[in-house]
Amino acid sequence: MSNTYDPVEVTPLHADEVARMEAEAVAAIEAAADLDALKQVRLAHSGDRSPIALANREIGALPPAARAEAGKRIGGARKAIGEALAARQAVLTSERDEHVLVEETVDVTLPWDRRPRGARHPLTTLQERIADAFVAMGYEVAEGPELEGEWFNFDALNIAPDHPARSEHDTFFVGSVDSGMVLRTQTSPVQIRALLSRDLPVYVISPGKVFRTDELDATHTPVFHQVEGLAIDEGLTMAHLKGTLDRFAEVMFGKGIGTRFRPNYFPFTEPSAEMDLRCFVCRGASAVPGNPACRTCKSEGWIEWGGCGMVNPRVLVACGVDPARYSGFAFGMGVERTLMFRNNAEDMRDMVEGDVRFTLPFGMEA
Amino acid sequence: MRFPLSWLREYVDLPAVTAHEVAEKLTSAGLKLESIEFVGEGIKNVVVGEVLSIEELTGFKKPIRYCSVEVGEAAPRWVICGATNFAVGDRVPVALPGAVLPGGFEVGSRKTYGHVSDGMICSARELGIGEDHSGILILPAGTHLGADVVELLGLRDDVIELEITPDRGYALSIRGIAREVATAFGVPWRDPADVEPPSFTEEAHPASIADPSACDRFVLRTVSGFDPSAETPMWMQVRLARAGMRPVSLAVDVTNYLMIELGQPLHAFDRAKLSGPVVVRRAERGETLETLDHVVRKLHPEDILITDSSGAISMAGTMGGLETEISGETTDLVIEAAHFSATGTARMSRRHNLVSEASRRFERGVDRELPLYASWRAVQLLVAFGGGTAGAGVTHAGVDVEPATITIPADHPDRVAGVAYGRDTVVHRLEQVGCTVVSQGGGQADAEAASPVPADVLEAPSRPDPAEVLTVTPPSWRPDLTDPNDLAEEVIRLEGYERLPSVLPAAPAGAGLTEAQRLRRRVGRALAAAGYAETLAYPFVGVRDLDNLQLPAGDARRRAMRLANPISEDEPLMRTTLLPGLLKTLVRNVGRGFGDLALFESGLVYRPEPDAPAKAPVLGVDRRPTEEELATIAAALPRQPLRVAVVLAGEHDRSGWWGAGRPATWADAVEAARVVAREAGVEATVRADRHEPWHPGRCAALYVGETLLGHAGELHPRAVEAYGLPARTCAMELELTVLEAALPGPVQVEPVSTYPVATQDVALVVPAEVPVADVEAALREGAGSLLESIRLFDVYTGSQVGEGRKSLAYTLRFRAADRTLIVEETTAARDAAVALAAERTGAHLRGA
Repeated sequence: MSNTYDPVEVTPLHADEVARMEAEAVAAIEAAADLDALKQVRLAHSGDRSPIALANREIGALPPAARAEAGKRIGGARKAIGEALAARQAVLTSERDEHVLVEETVDVTLPWDRRPRGARHPLTTLQERIADAFVAMGYEVAEGPELEGEWFNFDALNIAPDHPARSEHDTFFVGSVDSGMVLRTQTSPVQIRALLSRDLPVYVISPGKVFRTDELDATHTPVFHQVEGLAIDEGLTMAHLKGTLDRFAEVMFGKGIGTRFRPNYFPFTEPSAEMDLRCFVCRGASAVPGNPACRTCKSEGWIEWGGCGMVNPRVLVACGVDPARYSGFAFGMGVERTLMFRNNAEDMRDMVEGDVRFTLPFGMEA
Repeated sequence: MRFPLSWLREYVDLPAVTAHEVAEKLTSAGLKLESIEFVGEGIKNVVVGEVLSIEELTGFKKPIRYCSVEVGEAAPRWVICGATNFAVGDRVPVALPGAVLPGGFEVGSRKTYGHVSDGMICSARELGIGEDHSGILILPAGTHLGADVVELLGLRDDVIELEITPDRGYALSIRGIAREVATAFGVPWRDPADVEPPSFTEEAHPASIADPSACDRFVLRTVSGFDPSAETPMWMQVRLARAGMRPVSLAVDVTNYLMIELGQPLHAFDRAKLSGPVVVRRAERGETLETLDHVVRKLHPEDILITDSSGAISMAGTMGGLETEISGETTDLVIEAAHFSATGTARMSRRHNLVSEASRRFERGVDRELPLYASWRAVQLLVAFGGGTAGAGVTHAGVDVEPATITIPADHPDRVAGVAYGRDTVVHRLEQVGCTVVSQGGGQADAEAASPVPADVLEAPSRPDPAEVLTVTPPSWRPDLTDPNDLAEEVIRLEGYERLPSVLPAAPAGAGLTEAQRLRRRVGRALAAAGYAETLAYPFVGVRDLDNLQLPAGDARRRAMRLANPISEDEPLMRTTLLPGLLKTLVRNVGRGFGDLALFESGLVYRPEPDAPAKAPVLGVDRRPTEEELATIAAALPRQPLRVAVVLAGEHDRSGWWGAGRPATWADAVEAARVVAREAGVEATVRADRHEPWHPGRCAALYVGETLLGHAGELHPRAVEAYGLPARTCAMELELTVLEAALPGPVQVEPVSTYPVATQDVALVVPAEVPVADVEAALREGAGSLLESIRLFDVYTGSQVGEGRKSLAYTLRFRAADRTLIVEETTAARDAAVALAAERTGAHLRGA
């Protein structure tokens, strides 16, 4: 800042000079064609380096008596410029809104599928969903090998070598038929592994792949999936088994879904039952003569869902669990089957062939 | 098990209920309804007629007869018939004009073969009683003319088919089902085995049991002077047909009929063809037998045989021999009724892949007390319909078997069910099953009836005296009842499973999913979000797959477990890599018109150890195996690590209206591996590798620390060609089990610095063969702790950097946690980074 007072030298503060700056600024503002131009004009005529701002700095160089007047003059000009800017800003903004944005309109319906998303297989996510229902009830997820010892797959489950049930399992034998190794025919051997490795009480759920020597067709596949549950504790009864599966059915298919137990036979449970699920589509109505037919339950009103029962005490003995003190239940259901009636998947082949048209619609959850 | 309802009604005083109601009760009792067929419904206007005359028409492609038939009307009817098995005087079923046959087929008067046919003479199939369409059904001579055939033959019936579980052998009979139905409806029934054979002192035919473990009861009876031309009564033929059996001849039909009615398989020998005494024994080495199905069977030393002095004459309880089969000339019969070992017949049936109606029953357990009665009923029926006389003797070889008893606390069923049935109900139900129940301690078996207890009271005051113990002897037809829980099931099922209350147990608090289980889910989601679709291929592969993958001879992945009975002989091996299944799935999708593909699979592979034992022992079940015993099974099983793999082909970024797409490359495969590793919280390090089936110059090995995770890159052109894949198909395969073991635990955070960032760019020139990963690692290490991030933003090769070199341009961002960095600090850090890169990789600053 100058220390010498020479008003003549401070030309920018002359009244006509200030007026000229103001006029130039206003003219430029008026001439700004769009918001970008106005931004440049704002910088040039009202920014830190604009003539009017520079003039403002010179006020300090004036004798004190002259400062007030110069300040007032500059202030007035800046106000006028500011008002002109604001006015022009408003005009240009609305002009942009009315014209430019309209001109910039695109077709937002254009696709943008440059990187389509994939999907998880519904059999995987359905197994997770089932497991989650039981994890929420306090169960843990147990696992075991798919290529399994025959002892685990049959003998420990009370399926003796000549048991009629054993022939019905259509087992894949590994190596030779007497190698003692099979592809597990059910997820039940995981029960044995859980009882051998965990502390009691045991509440586990085990989803997984199982194998039987069926040829692939619309309703059979040699490789499929089951979910097996096991609870061993003191004082467990068939009523607890029913309560557990009722709860599970509710979680999977909604409140008020009915279940039905009917006697069945499994070597590893006694008593054994088959659990039927009230058809969640027709709710049983189709079984009444005269009502419309139901595709999901074939108008039986019930859907066969899975086997269950009280763990055969012989199984407990083979695992070193005292059947006089502990009892429990086990249950299992087919995941493919569940997918068939839950998601209307009619052909087993679609589940195994890996055609992306089948899988992609499922996204992250079945 | 298939049977007409009328057969059941013969023995059960069933109320007026429908077949559906019967089936529903049986289903609730554990005999599940498979199907109900309403047969003969709507059949009408079929009457008995007598053939009066037959005129053979000529000039047609097949024999045609023009017959007059007396049907009890004013005048005979004239009909055309294409069958030739009847003669003048035969009684036959005649469908009159206006008749309706099964399937709604209407018979009218019509002109055919030059004559008016005023009705139709019917075959068995046309009447819906079997498959026989070889000729007209000839009715017995005395059948009343003009009688309604529907009524006469019992054509109108409900045929119920039940699915019988393997434990309920007794239910493979009318006898067993009648008992269940009578219990379910609470009505009386008659036991069809309730006959009283006369006592004989003489043997019918000499016979003995050489191996009591094969057979514990063997009964023979004889019929002599039997008329081999005698016909099976129509009602029996109809019932057999309804039960799914083909009528053959009277002797065979009687044995089949009684097998279905009683559950006791019977066999008839031609006595004239037997030589010497009959012996039940195991087969001798090298022995053979030609069975009824004309197959010569090589017998196994464990096979159970019926033999005479000529050798084997029958495979016990499975199939008879051809040599001693009854024929059209047989007049003297020997009827065999026996109780064979269930496991013995099961093994024999399996060994010879021979399942018969008899073996199905023996395998599931036949009533060992039946042979005397069933054989006597056979004799009665044969004599009644085939003439002849019953032999005045019976052969009864047997081994005494002490009936097994089961002891249970009287409240055992209550404790299994969670329902207070009460002692009396338990005893009553067990007696309905046929058990003998003896009570010890506590109250008496005939104590006054306790007041009923609500079914849904779980912890009801224990009705039975806890000290009361029931000693239960199951009936001879229930060999399946061996354990306390078997008895509990009988009580619970007869009381009705629908009575079970629904009570949710209080499970202990669980720990949720394990870290490894959570990781698997994350990996699946991350890959799906990255564009991959999950597939679940079969884990079966063939040697051809291993060849297609170009695996060298010694590759560990060639060591695979082999199935003894694969679905396809081309794919007998268990996969050692996930790639074959994924690649074949990729090819299938391409074949269906999808060229831009990204697939993933996660699953086990099966990796046998080279020195693993070939067999896993099958341990006992009477106790928990020792850890050493369990280890012997584990030693034989292959390692089964979990893997994840991807394959991709076509455009990874799609082309579209926005412009060109980008083909999937080796880099996408490597990135997929990084995506997986990142889900585990691990930054995988990448090294160039050579590993089949990958392109030798485009194969990355991924490591966690020094542990190999897997490989990624572009496939070898030979593998692409072998599988018929799109050119430049890429793939990645990692072992998730390794990643699970490397999970670093919870993420540990650094405080977020709010001081400004300082950025430095460097361009380094290195020899072309230097891996970028090495340069970056050196820069990171050299830059030290102030480095926040590093990013490669350009790779340049060309004349400006010289032949055999490449220029790598990096942005290094520096930031301190506690201050604003000054230029000198960041420059020093950058120089240190460059210096270490120079030392390690020969890099120098571009332009320097």
